[in-house]
Amino acid sequence: MRYEAPTTINAAVKLLAGKAGVARVLAGGTDLLVQMRTDRIAPDLVVDVKRIAGMRAIATGAKGFKIGAAVSGAELGEHKALRKAWPGVVEAANLIGPKQIQSRATIAGNVCNASPAADSVPALVAAGASAVIAGTKGKRTVPVETIAVGPGRTSLKKGEIVEAILLPKRPPRSGDAYLRFIPRSEMDIAVVGVGVSLTLDTKGVCTAARVALGAVAERVLLVPEAAKALIGSKIDDDALARLAAAASAACRPIDDKRGTKEFRIKIAGVLAKRAAQAAAARARGK
Amino acid sequence: MPLDTQIDPATHKFKLVGSRPLRPDGVDKVTGRARFGADATAPGMLVGRILRSPHAHARIRKIDTSRAEKLPGVKAIVTQADFKDAKGDQDVVCNVMARDKALYDGHAVAAVAATDALVARKALKLIKVDYEVLPHVTDVDESMKPGAPLLHAGMITEGVEPPPKKASNVAGRCEFGHGDPETGFKQADVVIERTFKTEATHQGYIEPHACLASVTADGHADLWVCTQGHYMVRNVCAEILGMDVSRLRVTASEIGGGFGGKTTVFIEPVALALARKSGKPVKIVMSREEVFRASGPTSSASMTVKIGVTRAGKITGAFADIRMQGGAFAGAPTSLGAMSAFACYDLEHVKAIGWDVVTNRPKQAAYRAPGAPMVAFAVESVLDELAQKIGMDPIELRLKNAAKEGTQSSYGPKFNRIGLTACLEAARKHPHYTAKLGPNQGRGIAAGFWFNFGGQTCVSLNIGVDGTVALAVGTPDIGGSRASMCLIAAEELGIPYDKVRAIVADTSSLGHNDISEGSRVTFSTGLATIQAARDAIGKLCARAAKMWGISPEAVVWENGYAKPAGSNAGNFEPLSLAAIAKKAAKTGGPIAGHYEVNADGAGVSFAVHLTDAEVDPETGRVQIKRYTVVQDAGKAVHPSYVEGQFQGGAVQGIGWAINEEYVYGKDGRLQNPGFLDYRIPVASDLPMIDTVIVEVPNPGHPYGVRGVGETSIVPPLAAVANAVSNAAGVRLTALPMSPPRVLKAIDEAAAVKKRKR
Repeated sequence: MRYEAPTTINAAVKLLAGKAGVARVLAGGTDLLVQMRTDRIAPDLVVDVKRIAGMRAIATGAKGFKIGAAVSGAELGEHKALRKAWPGVVEAANLIGPKQIQSRATIAGNVCNASPAADSVPALVAAGASAVIAGTKGKRTVPVETIAVGPGRTSLKKGEIVEAILLPKRPPRSGDAYLRFIPRSEMDIAVVGVGVSLTLDTKGVCTAARVALGAVAERVLLVPEAAKALIGSKIDDDALARLAAAASAACRPIDDKRGTKEFRIKIAGVLAKRAAQAAAARARGK
Repeated sequence: MPLDTQIDPATHKFKLVGSRPLRPDGVDKVTGRARFGADATAPGMLVGRILRSPHAHARIRKIDTSRAEKLPGVKAIVTQADFKDAKGDQDVVCNVMARDKALYDGHAVAAVAATDALVARKALKLIKVDYEVLPHVTDVDESMKPGAPLLHAGMITEGVEPPPKKASNVAGRCEFGHGDPETGFKQADVVIERTFKTEATHQGYIEPHACLASVTADGHADLWVCTQGHYMVRNVCAEILGMDVSRLRVTASEIGGGFGGKTTVFIEPVALALARKSGKPVKIVMSREEVFRASGPTSSASMTVKIGVTRAGKITGAFADIRMQGGAFAGAPTSLGAMSAFACYDLEHVKAIGWDVVTNRPKQAAYRAPGAPMVAFAVESVLDELAQKIGMDPIELRLKNAAKEGTQSSYGPKFNRIGLTACLEAARKHPHYTAKLGPNQGRGIAAGFWFNFGGQTCVSLNIGVDGTVALAVGTPDIGGSRASMCLIAAEELGIPYDKVRAIVADTSSLGHNDISEGSRVTFSTGLATIQAARDAIGKLCARAAKMWGISPEAVVWENGYAKPAGSNAGNFEPLSLAAIAKKAAKTGGPIAGHYEVNADGAGVSFAVHLTDAEVDPETGRVQIKRYTVVQDAGKAVHPSYVEGQFQGGAVQGIGWAINEEYVYGKDGRLQNPGFLDYRIPVASDLPMIDTVIVEVPNPGHPYGVRGVGETSIVPPLAAVANAVSNAAGVRLTALPMSPPRVLKAIDEAAAVKKRKR
């Protein structure tokens, strides 16, 4: 196995594009190293992206935030402006693992690992986040929900790297939240995860919403029908009941050691309701 | 001082016993200096790795190691062929290395020793095993059915008359009790019969099994190992390897948890075999996955319990049918389960039947009060329901039927002095019992019993030239026992706690010591320490007598000093232990006390647990909001470690009740061999576990000590189940009470209610 730690994105792209065999990107390594140690993959090339300029920075601009692909969960948690604008995203990222993992794990890695149960992804998808992808043919920006296509599989082409995650600027009276269901209180993996982001007008009526579900399909799902239940409502009980029904209806889970199909479908509705209430409370400034 | 001096523990004023000094092993453990199993090293050491069966049940047609042997860096490979002449318990031998069949996912089939871990890993991949996959069975009820895949062609159920003619997966049947339950049920106003299931759980010790073996060319061997019983490891390994017991010296490392799971051998004979074959030291450290797949979890159980009571709260009859699978070999703790099932109660008509069943799972090992927690779950659940049916307070119902001194126990012997009533009364008086419950919360109580054991014990107490004391014991310290032994020795000798240092000696330094199991260490090693100290005191008095030129009988030992017994004996200044030790060379040489015993008289113990659970009605998620343990310790030598045992048992029980379970796929493979999906509780899952130490002295111990390590895990499964059932408004009869299971029970109960309306 060859290990490389280039200092430019172009050099990283070149290395990944040029290598025959299995090549992997190393950011925090909290998934990659585990997979290597348990013999699930044996890469021929590992490209460490942490030394590339900008990869470890959070930039704040007029359009929002640009989060370098190697920014750790702990760094997200310590960024006050980001925490204020996107508390749901930051909380979701900070749910992953204990302190030791938080000091390494990245949201770009969470997206590219393409686990259906990734905690930060439903929050990012609900937030309307996009990913800047660098490749041999230059850069492109895509919505986060288009990256994972199935468990462990992405739409990235050979030689492509996620360089940064973009989070838009928030209109006033907006709030987001991520809730996951785990049997324990922490140190666990989502049985179901729900991200909700919404905006209210001055009368408290929801004008925009996005709802995303994790661990209920082969990848994280953006559920426009669930968002529709909220838009135009004051997030009242009726709207929440319709949201829950739409969220449950969108699930296509499997039975596994972490939960049954039946259980996941029901919990998706319950959590969607609770996440929407939490997001609305934030939008109302509570 | 005569050796049989008895004190009255209830009135005796102890100077040190009952205090809470810092543990002597604490600094090393918090600074990382303590040497655990995997910390052992030796020059030229090889890495040992084990190849394990990916199949739940498969005939091994052929093992081809030729390619692996040719790999540079591979120094030895062992397979079944290397163990074919092994003597001793053939189940243990076959569990250590599979013979003609792999009997479970994870069963060892070959092992390599190589110069480093990467070479060893590569070598495992080069070993080709030709398997014929066979049908498998992992569930206890399925395995008992006629036509279930048969694990052992020659297994004829023991304990059934006449013996069955056909082989089955039922290894044995046992029965305990007296009277006739059917007669009892006829006298009852209310009879409830229910069936319960529990899943297999793992002890969840944080330190994986690890050992380092070294065998010299002339056949001497050393083994450094993480174990609860290094004498057991020595005896078993020497037999398997065909060595003289005295040629194998085993040293126990510090231990990162055992809870019964480290009372047998898995990797140790393999490491020795590889070391002997390669001529070099070999270290084997299990991965977490190996610990889950191939060490010894506890049994899963299926149980039917039937109990009858009168409206006045008298239990008139009790019956239990207990079915446990203990993995691929006989030995599920069904008899302990059946014996303990109704031990809390004074019953006229009682019967418990146990069935020991084999399945395609790893061979079970002891787990803290083996067999008792699951059975208590079933029995105490039915009692909870009966109390509700007759409108009686659940503690009142238990008090009305509690076993006392003189009660004929359901498993045979008559009880000596016991503390169940004292525990029940302490629980009823505790503020927890009357505290207000919040919405969606329920309270559960349960009682529990454990036998406690004694056993073979050998202790040496060596007095240094400066009067300080080195205490050598042979029972690995799994619960703070070194601190307790120092307290006991210092108490007897009349010197400060920090003048005694206790070590766990290797197998060549002391006579045989049984394993640290059965809650026996503070009782047995404590008893032997008391007697070794008294033996030393006798010698110290004799030396003082010699120094004074008087008869040894004319000297007494008081508060750390030898004194003339009275004015007739002479007028001499008392001599301290240090003063006598200083002159030892001139008065007869070194001074040491010894004691060897097969300790008897371990007092049984009881506990009562109270807990409040909150159930999320929309998700089925359970949170434990409050927990109180009340338990009889006889006499708490070091109360902090007694409380630690109470808390630890409760926490492991909470995990077992709520989330822990071995999940097998349809293919018979373990689905969750890691701490991510095998969910032991983390700190934030738990409330503070409150404790109440009850002290009803054990007549069988000089200080009144009873074992405390195991009783604490007996009531929690039931206490939590009662609390969850009361919170959810529906009786939960299967563990773990994981969210999908609880939610399903809530939804089904709601559907039934709706239909009735």
